[in-house]
Amino acid sequence: MAAAETYPDDLKYHEEHDWARVDGDEAVLGITWFAADALGELVHFEPPETGATVAKDAAYGEVESVKAVSDLIAPLSGEVLEVNQKVVDAPETVNEDPYGEGWLIRIRLSDPSEVDGLLDVLAYKNVLAES
Amino acid sequence: MAQTLLRTPLHDRHVELGARMVPFAGWEMPVQYEGVIQEHRAVRTDAGVFDVSHMGEIMVEGPQATVLLQGLLSNDLDRIGPGEAQYTLLTNEQGGIVDDLIAYRLGEFRYLLVVNASNRDTDFRWMKEREIRGSEVTDVSDEHALLAVQGPNAIERLGLPPAKAFTFAEAAVDGIDAMVNRTGYTGEDGCELLCMAEDAVALFDAVLARGVVPCGLGARDTLRLEACYPLHGNDIGPDTDPISAALGWTCALAKEFTGVEVIRRVKEEGPARRLVPFVMEERAIPRHGMTIEGGGEVTSGTHSPMLDIGIGMGYVPAAQAASGTELAIDVRGKTRTARVVKRPIYSREG
Repeated sequence: MAAAETYPDDLKYHEEHDWARVDGDEAVLGITWFAADALGELVHFEPPETGATVAKDAAYGEVESVKAVSDLIAPLSGEVLEVNQKVVDAPETVNEDPYGEGWLIRIRLSDPSEVDGLLDVLAYKNVLAES
Repeated sequence: MAQTLLRTPLHDRHVELGARMVPFAGWEMPVQYEGVIQEHRAVRTDAGVFDVSHMGEIMVEGPQATVLLQGLLSNDLDRIGPGEAQYTLLTNEQGGIVDDLIAYRLGEFRYLLVVNASNRDTDFRWMKEREIRGSEVTDVSDEHALLAVQGPNAIERLGLPPAKAFTFAEAAVDGIDAMVNRTGYTGEDGCELLCMAEDAVALFDAVLARGVVPCGLGARDTLRLEACYPLHGNDIGPDTDPISAALGWTCALAKEFTGVEVIRRVKEEGPARRLVPFVMEERAIPRHGMTIEGGGEVTSGTHSPMLDIGIGMGYVPAAQAASGTELAIDVRGKTRTARVVKRPIYSREG
């Protein structure tokens, strides 16, 4: 079952519909309910390699539904510490639980000050309202 | 300027049901209601209904109708009688495929051709220009709506008697008259209901009330690809010949029709490339236009909801066309392995 539309207020958001849950010098990344809903049920997650570098605003992987392919845009820069194997094996987990079980990767931040440039939930909801 | 999209008589129903509407072949059509995968599974396990009213219907009639069509279509209409239908190709002088269509023989001198939405005008003009004395070609698309009801339980849910594939009869579904065609594009049992445009909403509501799941064009595409039915404009077109496209069985090469000599030559010499179905051996989804190592190209690709893996069709050099051959597909810069399989990619009987 696809999750109901929500945007948790403890997350930081990127206007390309990606979220980050920051914890010290690490962050967990994923895509928002809006992105998952727009794509439809996900059937493929092409993750980066563990140890790879991701750069803020650049693509770090792809997700695909039956009809569409979408780049994953990194909201923050850093090194990939872990890929969520559960999503690799069952990509629809993202539709079911985009902010919990459906997280995509965990990174070590190379520049924690980048966090200040991300959107809070109100600012992200404004982005959605304008689109 | 964007052209105004056409709407089927069921447009408002689709919107009320929460469908995601997209442009397709000049029409505003539902791509999905609840989700492509769910709808796909409904058709494979129970019954689903598709609004395919965007498709064209062309009437060809008159004492010379058979003569006209025998010269324009690849299959042999003498093999079917009134009440029977036939999958066939409208071909050009180069032996290419102008369109693929189903011809319904309504009477000795009367045929209804159901053609692809994107080719409706081309097909109509093509045939109208070639009309002969004693034949008349009419585009009757706007008068009709077409609902494809597909799935193992489709016929039972509609309360219709069993019948052979590629036959048709007049029948009423909950009091609404329709031409019930035992044809489809999903690889499942079922029918296509042709009704008058003004009856479309009542018929659609009756079908839904019988527990049939509304399905969008997204599932129609994944279903037809699992069944290995070509999509005109993707897998076949005016520049591809039927032999290379594995549609030789639709060509009566003993009769004369447009481009037959070219098709005979391809058959005799053997095609340089062939349209083959394939299944990915690793997690990746092939897409239209991707290159296949060795000179091939993917023409259709998707994720198979039944097999839970990437599947597709594409043209490969004849040497790579045998079932079991390993293919290397360039998926946005990464080489992914696939294997040529036999048709269909999926069938319930396995």
